[in-house]
This record gives sequence, C-alpha cells and structure tokens, in this order.
Amino acid sequence: MEQIFFEVLRPGINSTFQDKGRFGVQHMGLAPGGAMDYQSFLLSNVLLNNENNTGSIEFAYQGPLLRLVKGKTKIVITGNVFFKIHSQKGEIIGEPYRTYDLNEGDQLDILATKSSVYGYLSIEGGFKLDKFCGSVSSQPRAFIGPNDGKKIELKDKILINKNSIIKENKIIRNIKFEEKKTYSVLPGPQFHYFSTASKKQFFSTPYLITKQTDRMGMRVMGKSLENLVNSNIPSEGIIKGAIQVPGDGNPIILLSDHPTTGGYPKVGSIISSDYDDLIQQNSNKEIYFQLVTLEAAEQQFALYIEKIKRKIANIEKI
Amino acid sequence: MIKKITNISDQGIICDFGEEVNKDINKKVISLFNYLKEKSNKNEIKGIYNIIPSYNKLVVHFDLEKNNSHKIKEIISSIDLKKLTLSQLGKVWTVPVCYDDEFALDLENLTKSLKLSKDQIIKTHLQTEFYVYMIGFMPGHPYMGDLDKKLFTSRLLSPRVQVPIGSVAIAEKFCIIYPYISPGGWNIIGKTSIKLFDTKNLTNPCLFSPGDTIKFKKVNKSELK
Repeated sequence: MEQIFFEVLRPGINSTFQDKGRFGVQHMGLAPGGAMDYQSFLLSNVLLNNENNTGSIEFAYQGPLLRLVKGKTKIVITGNVFFKIHSQKGEIIGEPYRTYDLNEGDQLDILATKSSVYGYLSIEGGFKLDKFCGSVSSQPRAFIGPNDGKKIELKDKILINKNSIIKENKIIRNIKFEEKKTYSVLPGPQFHYFSTASKKQFFSTPYLITKQTDRMGMRVMGKSLENLVNSNIPSEGIIKGAIQVPGDGNPIILLSDHPTTGGYPKVGSIISSDYDDLIQQNSNKEIYFQLVTLEAAEQQFALYIEKIKRKIANIEKI
Repeated sequence: MIKKITNISDQGIICDFGEEVNKDINKKVISLFNYLKEKSNKNEIKGIYNIIPSYNKLVVHFDLEKNNSHKIKEIISSIDLKKLTLSQLGKVWTVPVCYDDEFALDLENLTKSLKLSKDQIIKTHLQTEFYVYMIGFMPGHPYMGDLDKKLFTSRLLSPRVQVPIGSVAIAEKFCIIYPYISPGGWNIIGKTSIKLFDTKNLTNPCLFSPGDTIKFKKVNKSELK
C-alpha cells in the first residue's frame, strides 16, 4: 500500500506523540505520561470521529511546520493556537476546534500557542505509531514511545494510518479559554509537616510560575514553606498534581512525566479539574492556591466532565 | 498492618503501613499490591490507573469517572491482610559488577568516611543478599536493602548532574542501580551492564520485581557487555 505521510519542515518546541497515557505500569518505574491538557486532546479526537485515545502530536509554544507529501487527510488543532494552512488555493489562517482537509503538497504551519503552553494536532484515523504498554505517549528521558521516545525532529517522516474518507467538516464554536487565577488544592500526605503560619501564607499569597517548568514539573516561586518535621521521607508513590516541597521550601508541582516515586514531603495536590488549566499557564504568571475539601474537589470534577460533554454536544457540521 | 488510608488527591489514596522500613512490612505492601492488581485486572475493581507500592506505603491512582476514594477505601479496609500471602516467591538474580576505579567514582571517598579499605567495602557489598523493596523514580530503577551496617552512608552533598548508566550506588541502608544516564546523589561503587528496563520486551519490560533477591558478583571490565 502506498504510504501517506507528513514531512517535518520544522519540528517546533517539545513536539511529541501523546495519548491519554500509560496505565498499570507505574510499579515498574514508568510514569503515566500522556497529554498534558487531556480535555484539548480528547476534543481533537472527538471532532474527527476517532477512537478517543488515538495519539496526537502535542506541541508547546511553537508547533511544527508539516508538509503532506502523500495522501489526503483531515486535521484538527485544539488549544489556543495560531496556525496557517498553505494550499494551492492560497493561505488561510486556521481556527482551532475546526477540522480541515489537507491535500497532497499542503503545508500546515503551527506558529504559536496564544497565552498558553500546549496544543494538539490530530488527524482522521490517527498517525501510524507503535504502542508500548498500551500507549503511544513519548517520554524522551526514558527513551519510551514511538521512535525510541524522541521528540519530533526535522525531516522526520510521520506516517498516517489512512486517507481521509469523511466528507464534512466539524467545529466547536465559542470555545472560551478561561484563565484561572486561583487553583484548588487538597491536603497532601505530609500536610502536617509544615508550619501553620507558612501554610497560611501558601494559601493566601501569590506564587510565580518559573521558567523551570516542563512536562515533568512546575516550579513556583513565592513564600517558602517551613518544614517542622523532616524534608526527606522514605520514597512513596506520586500522582500528577502533587505539590512536593524539597529542603529549600520552594514548592514543585509534579506534572504528567513526574518521577514515579519521590522522597520529598508533599503539602498538597492540585485538584484534577484544575490540572488542564494550570499546565496551560505561562511562566511569569502569578497564581494563588486555595485549600478545598474532598467533597468540593469531587463536585468540581463532576462539573469538569459535564463541561466536556457539553462541548462535545455542541459540535456542529459546517 | 495498615495504620491509615488517606486521600492524596481526588483520584488517589495512600495506604500507610507505618514509619518503619523493613522487609516484613514491605512484604505486606507487596501482597496488598498483588491482590489489588489482580482484582483490577479482572475488572472487579473499576477504573484503576496505577497501583504503586513503595517501602511502607501503597498508592492507588484511579479514574474518578469510574470509581471514588470512598469505595476504594472501603474495599481495602475490608481485606484481611493477615490472610494475604505473597502469591509468588521472588526471583533470585546474580548481577555482575565491576568495581574498578574508573567506574567506582565514590569508592575512594567512602574509604575515608567509612574507615574501611576498598577491598573491605567491596567484600561487604558482595556478601550481602539484597531484597528489592520497590522499583521507582525511573523505569526499572530498583531500591534494594539492607546494606551491612558498616556501609551505611549519607547521600552526596551535591548530586551529580550526570550519573553514568549502570552505576551501582549506595546511600543510607540501600543500594540502587541507575538504569539510565540521569542526575543522582548516591555514592557510586561500581558498574553493571545488566539491562534493567527493556522496551523491546513488550510483555515484561522490567527485569526486577519487588520481593526479588539480588546477589552481586565481581567481574572484570572486559566481562561487562
């Protein structure tokens, strides 16, 4: 069968293949990984009638410039993304959350994420990728994922499963990019290690997102947390969103490619429904943390799921 | 036994087996891990993302759309841990190590802090039969114990930016092997060429499992693959 593929003319920053992540493997030292912004990832596949967990290209800040060398495909980009499509008909500025047809020779230029970090490119039928432990998610540090987990590189040939057969295009209109200022936190397993005064500061003063932020973790700067017990604990399992506090008292929020276990005390954990929003915030942004109850976090999660369902229900044919 | 079960997230709980770190407690953690993993594989417990055993804790990460912490805590509380036994005995592995100076980056310094000769440190390390407490931090990375008391030592004051792959290292009462080039602050006493995590092995990529027994064997540089 004839190969259908994109050629990479510019890889972009931190472009990797991601799906929902790898599960049932963390006891082997393998973190779940997966799309940082699950909601944007999911919607990209729904818009294309793909199976929900089909692998996408995740990019940060600047995405790739791709040329469709062979075949015909339908694409969608999700996230707050500025991109262009060059075809024989000319150049258009693309809208995220809207599907487009690409023909042989067309170029897709994903220029930038707008006041956000991550975006997703999905295609009808998905990219042709090998799974490892049930997932195509790349973890470059551990050489795990398609092409030994390497980030997408210049001149890579990205294979596509099949030519597009869906005629119509779809759109979700009026996507709002909310910008939260305050993120909700549940107490962590070593919440009681920290002084009451410093916790009070943690939950009332601003923290700056620093440049030392990637798929593994987000370092924030603000009032340091005072540990009254011990700044080292026997290593224990970690879940994304955990806020660990090393000896220097400066919190690090552990993100999708976190180490599987860690020996620093954790003051809390970002609630699940706030995660997709948090990881989209640029460095130098000031954020606040607020302590919430488990019941409140569970209610927020139900609302988060409800919101995704509403967006899916609002998909229109063009 | 489990002292308490608490939420660490809206999608995660931690079972706390106490503060002590020893094999008996770890075996309890692993038996609960095995039990829950089997239940999850059979879909008798729904929506489990990961179960993560460590020295004396067990974390369960689940999908809040399919399950919740209240139900999972109830399931775990209803299990009689005394009746759970390790369903399978750990495997026994012999790991070749080269203790040559070019690999044993911290051996010289350890002779000073431990007041032992290089040969004494190596001999003591070789005599110890290690138990794998957990795999964590990076894929395939084992935490093994317990070191002979004579070798108890603290971590490096300033961690290395890059530890060579396969480095065998010690700190406190534990021994580890670095499966990848990575930063690290443990005292390096040798190098092995054993592959701890093999992505080509799709069914069982991780060489060691918690509960396995590890013995080290001294080899020459030429015997490292």
